[in-house]
Amino acid sequence: MSGAASFREETRAWLEANCPPSMRWSADGPPADLASELVWGGRKQRYDNPESRQWLDLMAERGWTAPTWPREYGGGGLDKEQAKVLSQEMAAIHALPSLIGFGLTMIGPLLLIHGSEEQKKAFLPPICRGEVRWCQGYSEPGAGSDLAGLQTRGTLDGDHWVVNGQKVWTSYADEADWMFCLVRTDPDVPKHSGISFMLFDMETDGVSVKPIALISGASPFCETFLEDVRVPVDQVVGGIGNGWTMAKALLGHERSMISEAFSEPSRRNRLVDVAREHLGDGNGGIRDAAIRDGIAGLTMDKVCLDLTIQRIKEAAKLGEQPGAESSILKYYATELNKDRYSLLLSILGPQALGWEGAGFEDEELALTREWLRSRGNSIEGGTSEIQLNIIAKRVLGLPEA
Amino acid sequence: MSLLLSEEQKLLKQSAADFVHNESPVSRIRELRDSADPRGFSPELWRKMAELGWQAVPFAEEYGGLGMGMTEMATVLEECGRNLVPEPLLATVLLGAMPVSLAGSDEQRRAVLPAVVDGSLVMALAYQEKGSRYDPLVCRTTAARSGDGYVLDGEKILVAGGHAASKLVVSARSAEGYADPDGISLFLVDTETPGMTVEGQATMHLRNAALVRFDGAEVPAAALLGAEGEGAAVLEQTVDLATLGTAAEMLGGMQAAFDMTLDHLKTREQFGVPIGSFQGLKHRAAKMFIEIELARSAVIGACAAVDKEYGTKASQMISVAKARCSDAGVLVGYESVQMHGGIGMTDEHDIGFYLKRARGLELTMGDGAHHRDRYARIEGF
Repeated sequence: MSGAASFREETRAWLEANCPPSMRWSADGPPADLASELVWGGRKQRYDNPESRQWLDLMAERGWTAPTWPREYGGGGLDKEQAKVLSQEMAAIHALPSLIGFGLTMIGPLLLIHGSEEQKKAFLPPICRGEVRWCQGYSEPGAGSDLAGLQTRGTLDGDHWVVNGQKVWTSYADEADWMFCLVRTDPDVPKHSGISFMLFDMETDGVSVKPIALISGASPFCETFLEDVRVPVDQVVGGIGNGWTMAKALLGHERSMISEAFSEPSRRNRLVDVAREHLGDGNGGIRDAAIRDGIAGLTMDKVCLDLTIQRIKEAAKLGEQPGAESSILKYYATELNKDRYSLLLSILGPQALGWEGAGFEDEELALTREWLRSRGNSIEGGTSEIQLNIIAKRVLGLPEA
Repeated sequence: MSLLLSEEQKLLKQSAADFVHNESPVSRIRELRDSADPRGFSPELWRKMAELGWQAVPFAEEYGGLGMGMTEMATVLEECGRNLVPEPLLATVLLGAMPVSLAGSDEQRRAVLPAVVDGSLVMALAYQEKGSRYDPLVCRTTAARSGDGYVLDGEKILVAGGHAASKLVVSARSAEGYADPDGISLFLVDTETPGMTVEGQATMHLRNAALVRFDGAEVPAAALLGAEGEGAAVLEQTVDLATLGTAAEMLGGMQAAFDMTLDHLKTREQFGVPIGSFQGLKHRAAKMFIEIELARSAVIGACAAVDKEYGTKASQMISVAKARCSDAGVLVGYESVQMHGGIGMTDEHDIGFYLKRARGLELTMGDGAHHRDRYARIEGF
């Protein structure tokens, strides 16, 4: 038996023996309450289902919460092929991921490339074990699309940076243990050059957090206030003044994650399902010709988006880095998602008017709020207009104004 | 299923691109129009294309073909679309000869395909009629049995390449009906057949076409392709493949129009700066770019689906491709003229050819709305 084949055999046997029953969904698809089953880790994580804790610990022990990270930092030390085998075998038994979050997808990969040896040793193993949950401190009240114009200031005081300012749209700041944060450490150089990338504990004196309610209701977003927060100098990643380079590396990554999140393959077409329920002709058809045309159009757009993602992925496998492609996908996936929700609302008609309480189905109430929430898709993670600017500049080579 | 071209396919694309660039500049279509050339293309270039094997791409090797798929055919057609190449490649290969390849007897194939492959035969498909719009099954031309053969009566319109073809495949009803799939027969007909007239049609988008009339035209029984009354499936498959070929041509056209427009945005100055520095134009250019990339994905995906297996799934993907290319092509055509400004409205500038070609091909074999309807029908809603 070849090495690859025996790795598959061993992995399959281990997963079969160790993945708890409630950590597997049925072949029909994920459970409706999937979100509440997922473990983000950190000090504030509650494990209502003890098997989710057990699953995390078993996987972390093997290094398989971060399969491709080196073993010395708590990862699994797998090569790309082995990691693919692991994810295939997990998919085969419909296993839930044992751990998710920004530690694994954002700050961890960044530290692997740009972190010092001490930083890797200090921060990566707790991420792998699910002990620390991270949040991202980028946007500010005055720095949205012009992110590099951020004003949060760091001044050097001995072996600490003293940080003052305000971050906004910090997802899950109220749940997170540590923040990776962009701070202006030199106001006297061009704006992109004066930014540093810092890490600090959310329990440090001077950090306070306030959740934000959106037009759709409650949200994971928070405002984070920083008042004389003392950050040790060895918690700067990539060197003083190199924060923008770090930020850009992560933003491209965030955009590809957002576009992938909107393009999860699904066997069911929600537009068709909802339209048959509210506007069905009883034979599977849809009574309103304009809405039917809209559904077909958006469904076909999704096919084109999925094909484009596949093309870009195949090209990436041949060694091309995600660059402006992530802007194309971010733009199109979010605009399409908005269009889909907008059409879903039209399909519901008056049944979309409910906010809570009697007279409306749960799905109708949820849809109305999802529609409102979707309006933010083309604002967060870089607005659609910023994506178009990036394409115009980097791909089309159009001159600056 | 990979969506990237193989090394071999890349070579084909490059050689097609080089040939089109060197041999067939856009100025050709203007010269042919201005000189009112009745043939509308160059027999010499047609032969050179045959030397490159373009007419051979989808046909079986035993008839001289290359045995390749739609991915390769679309690659060549896309490059032709860039410079609005006037030779009747799509008309001959995907419309005229394809039904012979799909349904013809060995004898019929031998009589037709090697001649198509070596560049000595131009063919066309006479299937559209007044009022049939995009439905190939709407057919009022009749084929009545007479002695050993059939007598054809009726009128076909917009027969692409028909003005120059010496053989046509013709759809006709050999049984009662209007839009039924049953009762449609296909005939391989010589254009010299008595009782037939072929009259060139001038089209807005400079795609050579003909009006073909049958007035008691007698054809022998041997002209029948496949079984009598059972031609609908072959007709539909042929039109489907040609629809995808048309989408590929549109893709090349929109890319060329976009490239010209981008160049204009970078070089045309107003208020002392290049107009491409204005955000009002930049964002629209970026949107066009995205639309073209999605159209490209759709064409590639549809070709891959057809090459895997032709069936309803592939037909759906063809509808995705044609809807996408129709809508994106027209958008790029309109925006290109707008961004060129006054010069874009003049006949002197080439950009107008691209707008006309884009709308012309949009309204050929189904526009966006038609293909969204077809997609929904196949999907069952």
